[in-house]
Amino acid sequence: MDVYLGVDVGSVSTNLVLLDDEGEVITYEYLRTQGQPIRAVQEGLKRIYSRLSSNLVVKGCGSTGSARFLTAAVIGADVVKNEIISHALAALKFEPQVRTIFEIGGQDSKVTFLKDQVVVDFAMNTICAAGTGSFLDHQAARLGLPIESFSELALKAKKGVQIAGRCTVFAESDMIHRQQTGYPLEEIVYGLCQALVRNYLNNLLKGKPVNPPVVFQGGVAANKGMRRAFEEALGFPVVVPPYFNVMGAIGVALLTRTYIQKTGKDTNFKGFEIVDFAYATESFYCDGCSNNCEIAEIRQGKKILARWGSRCGKWEMGNLEESQVFSFL
Amino acid sequence: MLVSSPQMGNVHFFLQDLFERLGVDYLFPPPNSRRTVALGTRFAPEFACFPFKVTLGNFIEALEAGADTLVMVGGIGPCRFGYYAETQRRILQGLGYQFEMIIIEPPLAHPLLFYRALRRLCPSLPLFKIYREIRASFFKAQSFDFLEKRALEVRPVEMVKGETDKVLAQVFEELSRAKTEEEIVEARKKGFAKLEAIRTKGKPCLKVGLIGEFYLLLEPFANFGLERFLNQKGVFVERAVYVTDWIGPSSTNPVQGISNEEIARAAHPYLSHFVGGEGRATIGHIVTMTQKGFDGLIHLTPFTCMPELVAKSIFPKIQSDLDIPILSLIIDEHTEKTGFLTRIEAFLDLLAWRKNRKITPRSTFINWLSNKREKKLATYGIKRR
Repeated sequence: MDVYLGVDVGSVSTNLVLLDDEGEVITYEYLRTQGQPIRAVQEGLKRIYSRLSSNLVVKGCGSTGSARFLTAAVIGADVVKNEIISHALAALKFEPQVRTIFEIGGQDSKVTFLKDQVVVDFAMNTICAAGTGSFLDHQAARLGLPIESFSELALKAKKGVQIAGRCTVFAESDMIHRQQTGYPLEEIVYGLCQALVRNYLNNLLKGKPVNPPVVFQGGVAANKGMRRAFEEALGFPVVVPPYFNVMGAIGVALLTRTYIQKTGKDTNFKGFEIVDFAYATESFYCDGCSNNCEIAEIRQGKKILARWGSRCGKWEMGNLEESQVFSFL
Repeated sequence: MLVSSPQMGNVHFFLQDLFERLGVDYLFPPPNSRRTVALGTRFAPEFACFPFKVTLGNFIEALEAGADTLVMVGGIGPCRFGYYAETQRRILQGLGYQFEMIIIEPPLAHPLLFYRALRRLCPSLPLFKIYREIRASFFKAQSFDFLEKRALEVRPVEMVKGETDKVLAQVFEELSRAKTEEEIVEARKKGFAKLEAIRTKGKPCLKVGLIGEFYLLLEPFANFGLERFLNQKGVFVERAVYVTDWIGPSSTNPVQGISNEEIARAAHPYLSHFVGGEGRATIGHIVTMTQKGFDGLIHLTPFTCMPELVAKSIFPKIQSDLDIPILSLIIDEHTEKTGFLTRIEAFLDLLAWRKNRKITPRSTFINWLSNKREKKLATYGIKRR
């Protein structure tokens, strides 16, 4: 059977997905990046490989997320695409009529507007990360709760307490104040969700109308409290797709599938052997001019796979451009 | 006296030539680098905008390199830019530098201040000679802009990647050597011929307009070489401002080819008065560029820029009328190249996707709107010029 691999390496999580010929999900893997993208990709591939039957042939692979170029160098991706487009493609698969996509990941949050199955506008947090998963992660750690338990607690709350969501630090001082004045934990947890939603809607949407159906995806969509807060704020139901936490990987795998099927090209995939390779990354400062660019380099043994970071382009090596696959959208 | 200035796009070509003609020693400002930004950020107020910080860094580096006179432009209107020169003077004095700051105010708004600034720069030259030299030098500076604009058209379709940049550097080199008016005209002609000779293929895949605050648009260091990045992806780029249009006294904007009045008229249905900086021009450019059939626009604004924020708050209304995609990006010293370019790439995908599905901006709406406005003006007995 022919399969397509999609890899999404983000700031917090690394997701891998295998799609079959029809674009259906065969298996997926969700793991924490923990600041080691290459290790995470290798680990993910290993886990997927252990579950596979031997008659599968990887026909194509794609990478997305903030480490997409690094990942592409490691796995030999056919398609490299940014996460905004990848997420939109995946949402369209599960909800063809989708008009608005809310995506909240580890360190970024985006909203994407679609019309007639085409992305017409998007916005991404630029100067503030208060409305993202890391915010919830932090507060959960502060409360001494595992993040997974946020969901149930938030659903139990009758109402949320008012917490300032504009700034992570101030939200924290508000939260401490509420704790010290004796509010129940679940109301504080739900209050956090509401603060995050308020911040998200104010900061990203900027008065643009939200049309249903709304799809809510990204790692934070696992939190049912967030979904409830969104629904209360918007006044209509919000759809959380079945593979909400690996949508980016699904999107880029779908794009790879279309690309390979339409062009008939052979894949550059380096095979599952790469899980055993040793990779080394290194960085140094270039002293060619006053910019002192920091150059990052990734090597497999003695072979340099890719290098980037210079403003003038003299060090750049490997595939550092996004794939021009406009016509397959 | 060793004069220096901030760095902004091609402006140093103009200043170098001008000061050479006036017999003033000019120090090329050290090129913008991370150090420039670090210095500027360290000594500037935090909520000053990015251009303030970079230019302050330029000044510090110029003073370190031995300059003793700094030239900065002034300005009028609600934008804070008008008192940047004064603020920077005080900050630098506070740091203990010995220098003189010459502030060049817009000649039409403050003729006397402008005259005094000129006199301080060159006390002995007769006024008519200064005028003549400025005119000749300005003409040369305009030639730089015209050539750069032409390069923007050629680069997206060049056959050999990087050829346009090579040719352009060569052309600029030749032009900066030209002195008399005849030589300038000659060098300009040759330059155009050279750009024309670059082999091209096909058509640009998308047409994108760059709008927003002038410094960010003009200085490639500040916008991460956005123009070149887009051009290399085969995207045609039009920039809303050129150096000589910006510093020139006329309101006709010969390089850009659209006058301030036209821009204001286009902006009128959405913003009917001047809000400082390029606020109104940004709105006007959105309308005119949509009319010209652009696929999308990229809006650059420094963090805490008031005029651009005013303009930005009108975007949702314009977008619902015209259906033109606008990507608005805020730039300051914290902006990181990767995140910046990721958004640009996603935006290009969006534009290409729309184009594939034949969804185009509603340019006819503008015609309807301006017809409506014409009729309204006619009732007051006003005719369009």
